[in-house]
Amino acid sequence: MIVAEKIMPVNVSSTLDVERIRQDFPILRERIHGKPLVYLDNAATTQKPLFVIDAVHHYYRAQNANIHRGTHYLSQVATFEYEKARGKIRQFINAKDNKEIIFVRGTTEAINLVSSAYGRKFICAGDEIIISAMEHHSNIVPWQILCEQTGAVLRVVPMHQSGELIMEEYVKLLNEKTKLVSVVHISNALGTVNPVKEIIRLAHERNILVMLDAAQSIPHAPVDVRDLDCDFLVFSGHKMYGPTGVGVLYGKQQLLESMPPYHGGGDMIRTVSFEKTTYAELPNKFEAGTPNIAGGIGLGAAVDYINRIGIHKIAEYEAELMAYATEQLSAINKLKIIGTAKEKAGAISFVMENVHPHDTGTLLDLEGIAIRTGHHCAQPVMQFYGVPATSRASLSFYNTKEDIDALVKGLHKVMEVFK
Amino acid sequence: MSNTNELYQEIILDHNKNPRNYHKIENPTCSQEGFNPLCGDHLHLYLKLEDGIIRDISFEGNGCAISKSSASLMTSVLKGKTVNEADELFEKFHKLVTSSMDEEQQIEELGKLAVFSGVREFPARVKCASLAWHTLRAALDNKDKIVTTE
Repeated sequence: MIVAEKIMPVNVSSTLDVERIRQDFPILRERIHGKPLVYLDNAATTQKPLFVIDAVHHYYRAQNANIHRGTHYLSQVATFEYEKARGKIRQFINAKDNKEIIFVRGTTEAINLVSSAYGRKFICAGDEIIISAMEHHSNIVPWQILCEQTGAVLRVVPMHQSGELIMEEYVKLLNEKTKLVSVVHISNALGTVNPVKEIIRLAHERNILVMLDAAQSIPHAPVDVRDLDCDFLVFSGHKMYGPTGVGVLYGKQQLLESMPPYHGGGDMIRTVSFEKTTYAELPNKFEAGTPNIAGGIGLGAAVDYINRIGIHKIAEYEAELMAYATEQLSAINKLKIIGTAKEKAGAISFVMENVHPHDTGTLLDLEGIAIRTGHHCAQPVMQFYGVPATSRASLSFYNTKEDIDALVKGLHKVMEVFK
Repeated sequence: MSNTNELYQEIILDHNKNPRNYHKIENPTCSQEGFNPLCGDHLHLYLKLEDGIIRDISFEGNGCAISKSSASLMTSVLKGKTVNEADELFEKFHKLVTSSMDEEQQIEELGKLAVFSGVREFPARVKCASLAWHTLRAALDNKDKIVTTE
């Protein structure tokens, strides 16, 4: 982190120089339907700074080769850059060893990797897996598939109307049959920040493993796997200013070592014969085939970029913006915020009387404002609140109070159309 | 909002607010559920047929203004039409929302359904406008399963 700051000094004092930061994101200069882009769909994917775009571009122009196999110069450069990116990620989440950082396609693949590789070996009929009522489909469906295959049982921690987990119910669910708890750190649909440290502590008291879905927390808050003591942690590159198609599975070394491989193929073996194959050491054991090299390098650049601004400063600025957005949206008549947890970050979901979110989305789009409308891949959350869909504005450090004002103005126009 | 009026025309807003034929028909000849998994738009269509004529048609459900008004207008237009005429209208409506038609032809062939012509400028919303029609076709084909736009 210190190294990155040395390379790219930038004048950010106590608050962020957002105007200067916005210059780093070329797409923010685009006009949509003739209006300046107001991008408030960061929970779906974030925009990319030039620094990341350039890293990917530079790789393909000057460094492209396959990794881990060539004796030639470019192959060594590509391998070096890819592994350097792994090291940056390790440092970013404070993992102990580069072996604990597995490159995958994204959060979804990371969860599937654990549910199949860990699940296949260690989860049996009658075992229990705990998730929460606010999970993204990607942290529900892989477990349902595993339960179907093994006869294990899926348990769900319920939540309050506020969108906060009912911790007493969670404690009750923990028992000697529980093998794994897999919960979201920050909810994509509600913005709730879950008390994950407590969740982990309570599970560990009973020797139960915990996996955290950090897809929405990694861009917004410091995530320290050793401080949290989580057993697995998963996230996507594209939600933290990196490229799509790359993400990370962090796992404690001895756990990853105990697991069978996920995909078989090249790069994940030590020796292959028709009689017997032995597998490569971590992390290669879980990285069969040619990976997304440019994506990994781009993600490393995204980590540098975040470090340059400082994740603590990002969290501080975004909290301020979130408070402003909450206040402004709450002041709109006939608008109801869905999810009112005390601790929220990143996203605000809302519904409006007599206006379906899709109509809201289309009308805002015509104003150049991008938000997400729909079920946010969290249909059980929608069922819980009895709504078919919500509108969701989600924030980044490049958003401003003016963006929120534009959203509020747009919403008033929506209500004018549907009055 | 320059294009707003093209999409959200007065008649669409009216049918969204006061959907016509919005109820259940007891003992329908056929009924069908339609679902758009992308948006969560969901409707249930009921039909009473007699000698190949749609004597009564109604719907219930949840959805955006485009899908609700489309179902409302569809049911208004189809009452009294033959099944063959309904099929023809399905084809024409599909063409209206997906490809360009000149204005005169639109009104001549589709009457008040032509208000949905603005939808073609919004590819993400075509499925909303056509959900009721796909559900109708499935109902008439007597498919006994949920139809989706995916």
